[in-house]
Amino acid sequence: MYQTFNSVAMTTILGLDLAVWWFLVVGAVFTGYAVLDGFDLGAGAIHMLFRKEASRRVALNAIGPVWDGNEVWLVIGGGTLFAGFPVVYGTVFSAFYVPFMLFLVALIFRAISIEFRSKEPMAWWRKMWDWSYSVASIVVALSLGVVLGNLIQGLPIGADREFHGTWLSFLNPYALLVGLTTVALFAQHGAVYLLLKTENRIYARLTLIVRQTLRVFTGLYLLLSVATLWYVPHMLAVFRQQPWLFAVPLLTLALVLAIGRFLKRRRYFPAFVCSGSIAALLLLTVAAGLFPVLVRSTLNPAWNLTVQNSASSPKSLSIMLTMAAIGIPLVATYTSFVFWVFRGKVRLDSASY
Amino acid sequence: MSVETLARIQFAFTIAFHYIYPPLSIGLGVVLVLMEGMFLKTRNPMYERLTRFWIRIFALIFGIGVATGIVMEFEFGTNWATYSRYVGDIFGSALAAEGIFAFALESGFLGVLLFGWNRVTPRVHFFSTVMVALGSMFSAIWIVVANSWQQTPAGFHIVGTGLTARAEITDFWAMVFNPSSVDRLSHAIVGAFLAGSFLVLSVSAWYLLKGRFVASSQAAFKIALLVATLAGLGQLFTGHHSANGVAVNQPAKLAAFEGHYAASAPANLYLLGWVNNKTHKVTGLSIPGGLSFLVHQDLKAPVRGLDSFRPEDRPPVNFVFQTYHLMVAIGVTLIGLTLLASFLLWRGRLWRTRWLLGVFVGAVLLPQLANQLGWYSAEVGRQPWVVYGLLRTSAALSKAVTAGQVWFSLILFTLVYALLFALFLYLLNKKIQHGPDEGEELSESSHLSPASKRNNPVISHDAPTASGAALSHVSDL
Repeated sequence: MYQTFNSVAMTTILGLDLAVWWFLVVGAVFTGYAVLDGFDLGAGAIHMLFRKEASRRVALNAIGPVWDGNEVWLVIGGGTLFAGFPVVYGTVFSAFYVPFMLFLVALIFRAISIEFRSKEPMAWWRKMWDWSYSVASIVVALSLGVVLGNLIQGLPIGADREFHGTWLSFLNPYALLVGLTTVALFAQHGAVYLLLKTENRIYARLTLIVRQTLRVFTGLYLLLSVATLWYVPHMLAVFRQQPWLFAVPLLTLALVLAIGRFLKRRRYFPAFVCSGSIAALLLLTVAAGLFPVLVRSTLNPAWNLTVQNSASSPKSLSIMLTMAAIGIPLVATYTSFVFWVFRGKVRLDSASY
Repeated sequence: MSVETLARIQFAFTIAFHYIYPPLSIGLGVVLVLMEGMFLKTRNPMYERLTRFWIRIFALIFGIGVATGIVMEFEFGTNWATYSRYVGDIFGSALAAEGIFAFALESGFLGVLLFGWNRVTPRVHFFSTVMVALGSMFSAIWIVVANSWQQTPAGFHIVGTGLTARAEITDFWAMVFNPSSVDRLSHAIVGAFLAGSFLVLSVSAWYLLKGRFVASSQAAFKIALLVATLAGLGQLFTGHHSANGVAVNQPAKLAAFEGHYAASAPANLYLLGWVNNKTHKVTGLSIPGGLSFLVHQDLKAPVRGLDSFRPEDRPPVNFVFQTYHLMVAIGVTLIGLTLLASFLLWRGRLWRTRWLLGVFVGAVLLPQLANQLGWYSAEVGRQPWVVYGLLRTSAALSKAVTAGQVWFSLILFTLVYALLFALFLYLLNKKIQHGPDEGEELSESSHLSPASKRNNPVISHDAPTASGAALSHVSDL
């Protein structure tokens, strides 16, 4: 594969080669997923804290028209990863076989719980799907975080580009901490989203819940920062070489503090923008710390899967960059259209869940 | 069992289950566009009730289609990592295009379709319905293009050897329009039209037999019958074209379709039969030289048989033979049914022909079966290759995955899908028993939300008839 790379003489756009551009596309799509589906998953994570049937119904309908569109970003993310970095796609997905299967089952349960809950009036039926929805949302967020935590630490990747470990090693303390932080971040993000969309009883309850979620997230975030300095020092190398990159974690910290202030003044939209930006900045920190490595080999640095050695051919990348240039603005346009149609507080009508 | 067998069972099971739903969505999408189009044209609230009812069923089907479809996207990586690395340069771009251009379109607008009744004007709602229907077809386009590339690879070259060998794209449009993609895509899409329209035919026929929602069920039946009749006739054409394409591009598969072993001899066309895999003989009813005629328009022309392929390059013959012939038999039955019903409708006798309506109630299963069987014969007929002539299925597996892990996920998905299917049938049945709302819901919603853009006389000035009808309902209460 290196031969073609050289024969095409490394086509570049604005000084960056195509594989780096595609890396930015994949990163942007997964970030879009975290920001958008993040609040759906977060709303699911705190769902059982609402006691009343009416509140739970409002909470579900707050994400009702948009969660499916938000989940699409994951599908696009999987597709762009497969297309641009097939080596990473194959290696990572077969390595994380068991966690991904659980993740997929949880994703299925999240979807069907939302769909099926309202179809029967019985209390036990609704309670069952409430639990299923909430647990599934937490499992999805947790497993995404655990996968991320393991990618930060690196995997035992051999010269054959295959994973040589056991799946139980994924459940190490650092990865679990990243998983819990992800759940807390999404719960915070989801609580702020629900504050924007609700009124009355559930709104009053959310003003209490959101304080807790912020406290838990801030605590875990600080703990994770210390743990990262301690356990995965390789993440810091790039920050030492390019000190201006420290602006990213500093900005994250500033936003965490800003959320508290916005919440106190009941300015929920800026608070929502902050919590979405935190998700984006945390992913950016991870990407900056690893780049140009995509999957770090703990066995031998020469076996790392990098942006260069695991990318598709320049020809394929240039075709897909054209598609992304046309397609992603379109997706953003109709995503915005749907959010605009359903702007404002939730009102239940005959079409609601 | 070996990892290969287990992984193949798992893929076959998850894709077959998934494939119940997208064809229904695609076909229902077309019927919905026609129904809501009729509403905009006539402003007859009956069409709005029908559209609302079928959108609720569409949402149920679509939801399960999405949930089971995401599994497919990730399964390439989890179970078939070597395959993923080998084809990613080509296959991945088709999947990425599907996500960007198709899936986002349908999922985005689905929210408006389901929850937007009172938030957007009828025209914008209709636009959303069209977008969802188009999106579901675009999905099919990219997925079938990717699958067709596996059947008849084109527009690529192989780079590297051994572990790092992979197919790289050389000509994007040659990849998209590979020799089989147009034939197979049209065949699959028209099959989806049949699946969706037969669901509407079945439910409407059931209501008619029960004497419920008679006017709206007749209207729905007519719309769906139009789609089904055209699709049935279309299938003759696309099916014939597909088979001719297979004759040129995948001779081993064609030979397996008809159990034709002799290396170079005129080949029979079987109506039904049984292939003895050991003696290489077919017992059954056939038109001598029929296959030769279909392929070469000459009863005596030789057709390349399975004996000209090494035994390790042949697909399992009897399985492919049976699935293929069952699909054809069902297809012919569907064409007969739709033509008969159209004829009776033209003569004004359809609604009195109760036995035929009874047949239509059960006929919903036939296009489903034909779609499944058609894919079995297409995919098993490609074996032992995962990419025809380039990569064997046995070489495509994930090397890091053990049999135990595949067992685990296979059992897990079997349980989850069984639950999903039971819930699907339960809720579908419940919605069908309930039926379209006879006006209450329309007036209720206009009553509850004064800001509705649909039934509010102040806002929906472009819909005087609909708002007038809704208002009269309110005054009836």
